[in-house]
This record gives sequence, C-alpha cells and structure tokens, in this order.
Amino acid sequence: MTITSPFDQLPAGAIVNLDHPAHMVHWHFFQMSVANVVVVVAMLLVFALAIALPFPKPARRRKEAS
Amino acid sequence: MSSSPLLRKAQSDVSRQGAGVGALTQESRPSPYQPAYLRSWIYVFGLATAAALAVVVVSGVILSLKGPEWWQDAQLGHFFNSIHLWSVELAFFFMVIHLWGKYWMAAWRGGRARVWMTGAIALLVAIPAAFTGYLSQQSFDAQWVSLHAKDALNSIGVGAFFNATNFGQMYNYHVLLLPVALTTIAVAHIALVRRHGAVPPFERSVRVQQLPDGDAVSVGARDEG
Repeated sequence: MTITSPFDQLPAGAIVNLDHPAHMVHWHFFQMSVANVVVVVAMLLVFALAIALPFPKPARRRKEAS
Repeated sequence: MSSSPLLRKAQSDVSRQGAGVGALTQESRPSPYQPAYLRSWIYVFGLATAAALAVVVVSGVILSLKGPEWWQDAQLGHFFNSIHLWSVELAFFFMVIHLWGKYWMAAWRGGRARVWMTGAIALLVAIPAAFTGYLSQQSFDAQWVSLHAKDALNSIGVGAFFNATNFGQMYNYHVLLLPVALTTIAVAHIALVRRHGAVPPFERSVRVQQLPDGDAVSVGARDEG
C-alpha cells in the first residue's frame, strides 16, 4: 500500500531534486555549498562581462552611421 | 581634458556640494540627458537592483495579504512565494555587482560620500531584511534557520531583544520595520545619485613612455568624454 501525502500533489518546487543535504566544496579552511559557489562564480562572470561587453548604441546613432 | 558639454554639466553638478536631497529644485535638477560614460553595462546594476527590490515589495505585499496557508499550499501562493524569493536573489545578485563596480570606480569621489554611505547602509539593512524573511516562512526550514541563528545572535549579545525564534517579532521586522527602513534609504540613495550624478570613470590616464635618454613623452592620451 502506498501512502501519499497532500504534498505529493503539488507541482515540483525545483527542476532538480533538492531533497538531500547540500553538496559542499571543502578545501583547507574554505567551506561553501556548491549552490553558493555557483552564485559567486556567476556574479564574477557577469561583472567581467559587464566591463568587457560593449554597450549598444542608441538606434538614432546606428541609423546615422548607416 | 573634458570637452563634452554633458560631462561639463555632470562635473558642475558634482561641484555643487553642501545641499541635501531637499535641494533638488527646478534649477538644480539634473539634465534629462545622460553623460556618454553611462553607456556601459556596469552602470545598469543599480537600476536592476532597484527594479528587483520593487518586485520584492509588490510580491511581499501580496503574500502578506494572503497569509502563510496560501503561500504554503495554494499553487498561486507557491508562484508568488517563488517570485518573492527569486526577486530577492536577483536583488542581492545585482546589488553585489553594483557594489563591486562602484568600489573599483571609487564612487565616493566628487562629493558623493553620502551616495556611497547610503548605498552601504542599504546593503547592511537588506541583509537582516532577507534573514527575517527566511524566519517568516512558517515552515521547517524557518525553524531550522531560527534555531541555528539564535545561538549566533545570543553569542553577540543581541538575543534578548532580537529573538530569532519569536515569529511575531521576526515577521514584524520583515514586513514593516526593515522594509520601511530599506525603502527610505534606497529612495534617499537614488535621490542623491540624481542630485550628484553617477560617478564618472577615472580620467583616462596619460600613458607615459620613458625614452632611453630620460625624457618622457606621453602617448595615447585621449580626451575623457
């Protein structure tokens, strides 16, 4: 007999299974969850891209240039 | 060095110091035109943070009107709960990148000390605002977080008047005291940015090339703006 709970009827709360302890990155004194490492790396990446990528010119100027 | 009228306008705005937010008069109102140096992605993260915070406030008001049973059980409640969570995640994501950008620009230059300080205070207020949100979920997660946090808060001596296991107190902090404080500081921060203008990048440095005989010539010097 399968026992179901009301929570089984709910839509998935996440696209991956989060029902487990967090995976950790542990190196000497450094310890951080993988999720937080991913967020920090993503912030560094977006920061670098924000500096490196050119900002689009206004449409008026593009028209003048063409 | 500065040839652009817009940059000169921005610099003249910066040079007018000593007046507070209340001095945003018709005459001193910043130009509707933006300086050329704002055409960089690094300048968009302040506005992105403000936009995310607006979504946080609107979704939070909806959640507070409906209550914990709704955001725990109803599908639409789950949706707004997720909107609230992910807008907070994005707000902090953008806020940190905004902080990095402004730090490396030394954004307190040109009489912008109050702009920098209000931004720093906004970050410091946003952290407990988010923390009390974790405590206000009415879930096992909230209990887990509060029972761990109380030890940390007790260890620094604030547990007597900031009790993480007191739901009513934490909820009040989360939906009233901290949002009012954060919104007030954020509005002051934005008004001060409007008053002083966004900080320009460092003046493009004149690259000096040392010749073998000791004379120095400048090469690659470019006008800012």
